[in-house]
Amino acid sequence: MTALLIIIVAALLGITIWQISKIFKLSQPIESDDSQIATNKDNQKQGKIFLIFTVFLYGLMIYSFWNLSKFYLPGGTSTHTDDYDQLFFISLGLIMFVQVIIQFLIHWFAYKYRGKEGQKALFYADNDKLEFIWTIIPVITLAALIIYGLFSWSEIMNVEETDDTLVVEIYAYQFDWRARYSGEDKTLGEANVRFIEGVNQLGLNESDPYAKDDIITNELHLPVDRPVLFKFRSQDVLHSAYFPFFRSQMNVVPGMTTQFGFTPTTTSKEIRNSEYMVEKVKNINEIRKNNDNLDSDEKNYEFEYYLLCNKICGVSHYNMQMKIVVETEEEYQNWIAEQQTFGELTAQN
Amino acid sequence: MSVAAQPLANDHVHEDGHHEPTFIEKYIFSTDHKMIAKQYLISGLIMGFIGIAMSMLMRLQLAWPNESFWIYEVLLGRFGEDGVMDPSIYLALSTIHGTIMIFYVLTAGLSGTFSNLLIPLQIGARDMASGFMNMLSFWLFFVSCVIIVSSFFVEAGPASSGWTVYPPLSALPQAIGGSGLGMTLWLVAITIFIASSLLGSLNYIVTVLNLRTEGMTMTRLPLTIWAFFVTAIIGVVSFPVLLAAGLLLLMDRSFGTSFFLSDIYIQGEVLSYQGGSPVLYEHLFWFLGHPEVYIVLLPALGITSEIIATNSRKPIFGYRAMIASILAIAFLSTVVWGHHMFVSGMNPFLGSVFTFTTLLIAIPSGVKAFNYITTLWKGNLQLNPGMLFSIGLVSTFVTGGLTGIILGDSTLDINVHDTYFVIAHFHLVMGISALYGLFAGIYHWFPKMFGRMMNKNLGYVHFWITAVGAYGIFFPMHFIGMAGLPRRYYKFTEFPYFDDLADTNILISVFAFITAGAQLFFVYNFIHSIFYGKKAEQNPWKSNTLEWTTPVKHIHGNWPGEIPKVYRWSYDYSKMNKEDTDYIIAGQDFVPQNVPIQENEEEMNE
Repeated sequence: MTALLIIIVAALLGITIWQISKIFKLSQPIESDDSQIATNKDNQKQGKIFLIFTVFLYGLMIYSFWNLSKFYLPGGTSTHTDDYDQLFFISLGLIMFVQVIIQFLIHWFAYKYRGKEGQKALFYADNDKLEFIWTIIPVITLAALIIYGLFSWSEIMNVEETDDTLVVEIYAYQFDWRARYSGEDKTLGEANVRFIEGVNQLGLNESDPYAKDDIITNELHLPVDRPVLFKFRSQDVLHSAYFPFFRSQMNVVPGMTTQFGFTPTTTSKEIRNSEYMVEKVKNINEIRKNNDNLDSDEKNYEFEYYLLCNKICGVSHYNMQMKIVVETEEEYQNWIAEQQTFGELTAQN
Repeated sequence: MSVAAQPLANDHVHEDGHHEPTFIEKYIFSTDHKMIAKQYLISGLIMGFIGIAMSMLMRLQLAWPNESFWIYEVLLGRFGEDGVMDPSIYLALSTIHGTIMIFYVLTAGLSGTFSNLLIPLQIGARDMASGFMNMLSFWLFFVSCVIIVSSFFVEAGPASSGWTVYPPLSALPQAIGGSGLGMTLWLVAITIFIASSLLGSLNYIVTVLNLRTEGMTMTRLPLTIWAFFVTAIIGVVSFPVLLAAGLLLLMDRSFGTSFFLSDIYIQGEVLSYQGGSPVLYEHLFWFLGHPEVYIVLLPALGITSEIIATNSRKPIFGYRAMIASILAIAFLSTVVWGHHMFVSGMNPFLGSVFTFTTLLIAIPSGVKAFNYITTLWKGNLQLNPGMLFSIGLVSTFVTGGLTGIILGDSTLDINVHDTYFVIAHFHLVMGISALYGLFAGIYHWFPKMFGRMMNKNLGYVHFWITAVGAYGIFFPMHFIGMAGLPRRYYKFTEFPYFDDLADTNILISVFAFITAGAQLFFVYNFIHSIFYGKKAEQNPWKSNTLEWTTPVKHIHGNWPGEIPKVYRWSYDYSKMNKEDTDYIIAGQDFVPQNVPIQENEEEMNE
């Protein structure tokens, strides 16, 4: 039955195209030449369409910035968020400035110099001065951007470990995350996939004394305003730990440890009450209310920070996430004290 | 060099006993470059049809993630049971879509078609340096096409680890079903593809260097030939590295070596691999992967240089600067691969180096864009469909290229890496732009290939719907990328935070369907014109290059008599005589390359 339908649809489509081409043919005056080379009339018409297209293009750009730029992630969440955003907006402003001018020139010239009968083109093959100008201007602008970018880059990437730094291991596997805190000794115990057995799912070396007080959790809790250094480890394939709200990302590579650091500066509670998030969540809940696929308890969404996998890792790649809670130092200490250490976990079993 | 080679080539054509080629010799195992170009074109277009159809299925899934469509069941079989798309086939679709579009359509379909067609015709040669190698190159490509398409019929599905096939995911069938036989077929197909590409590229290089006609110096070559020539060199430099990466991956998969794998625990057991590094694979892959962008793009830019000059009735502005840009882009393209790996875990210092080299590429690219615009300035634009696509290319090349300044900056890459921002960027700058180049080339050289004209009105409709649709798809896509929306996600509904992006995703999908639908105008026009198009005249676009001095009917050896000699560059459009009273040839605004320098003409200091 479906096969028949497909054949009918395909046939109808074919007929449609055939008929459309006929309309084109019929719409031509009989005496018009059919050389299939653009005539004076074509040039006039296509030139004008370029003008209409320009309106569409600028309309689309304005629409996108007007309606969609609200999707840009909220600021103020970590120490380098605002630096990142500033560099981003400067670059974006610059490229949009160039974009607006260049697109105008391209389309305006296409309209303005559309072929006309008797019009002579200007034989203009070279001009070293012009070439020099549009080489040197990008050189200077890009040099400035590169230097600015490199300062930010080295600041973000060279994380100094101080006494205050919280070291957390983020452990990735198909398709979930675990966090491992170093416990009281502030040192993560040795680990390797070869130690994985039973409840020891992260492959800690049970004979390593540093491992005893390590704490393994399903949620990532971070005290606000304290630098965190993440050590990433994967047990199977490549993953990428993407913290969009903190402008942070690092691939998680089996066989090696990678790292990234930032200092969260806004607690989950604070961000939830921020103007940005209140409006965003209100909007989302409006959408969810009308979604019949959701259970009633799923309809009320409350914002939480999250970590997601951003490197293709298998079938459930699209749902590999971990909740992040940023809280006050006190709340964090209370929470961590409630967690079971690795020593307790192995002793139980 | 070229002078010495020519008499030889002259002698054997049409002199010795000629026999009528059989059907097989003429259409199948042909060694004639014009026929091989057509073979590449048609295979490339068929692959393009498949590749675009796959993206439509993905867009359908992304727009309405929790709904079922019977089309999934029809096209995907048990991966679309009850009209619900399986997550694994979504990844397979995205993998094979990328592979087909990048390698099969935009590398072989674009470069293979036009290098083969235009190199001998525009440099004044009877054929490629080695017709046999050329034929071999096409048939290897064809075999490779068949293998990659057949991988869809493998039980566990085709390769599904992204077109970059990063190990360990691509090495371990336990990690994803597609990494079994499907992945083996992918590796075999790509290996054959690389062999095909190398045979082709070596042939192009040798032909350009040795078989230029008398007077055709390197600085008189049309920019198309410069682009194809440099593209072939980049291919020869970088494709072998991909072959190496593929072979090492094959050994890790089949012979238990550990080049890319280490410390892996999967499905309840520890694997024996020890000491390898997936990051090494990333380096090897992107050493090809980035130059590949320019392998795709440079031929398109070469084609538009020629078409814009011809249809503006003006010389291309800054011919030498254009050549210098092509060379600069080619060199830089081999030292920027690390910008795909800023967050891969490689040393951050390397990130700084690659940021520096990457942003440098903006300079020659900018020069090219400005030169195109100046070529349009004060022209007498003949807005043929090929010209529209060329202008469209300049537009999308600028839009897509500019966002490269954000992605090439290691700092900014952190948060938009692997999001839809990247998808929007590279689709505009290399996908859409290169496709526009391909279409421009087809509309422009169709009379040369098939001796008939394509219908211009269908061409106009094709262009305008595509132009509106392409921006409609990819401009808004940047913004969902800035919201942190990751690529290669089967659906976004697991994250309530992304709920408010759903409308934009639907908008993008609708534009995608319209744009894909518009390609049917092209398909119809293409097929119809091959058989029923208006018969072409010899030089329909009043162009200067040598291919338009050959007869419309294809003959073996291209020119019936002597090979034309070349006296000038190919851009003497609208050049005035010394007294500035008329064009050099009165009443004709172009001077073909085989016309000697006239008395009343000021010679350019070439």
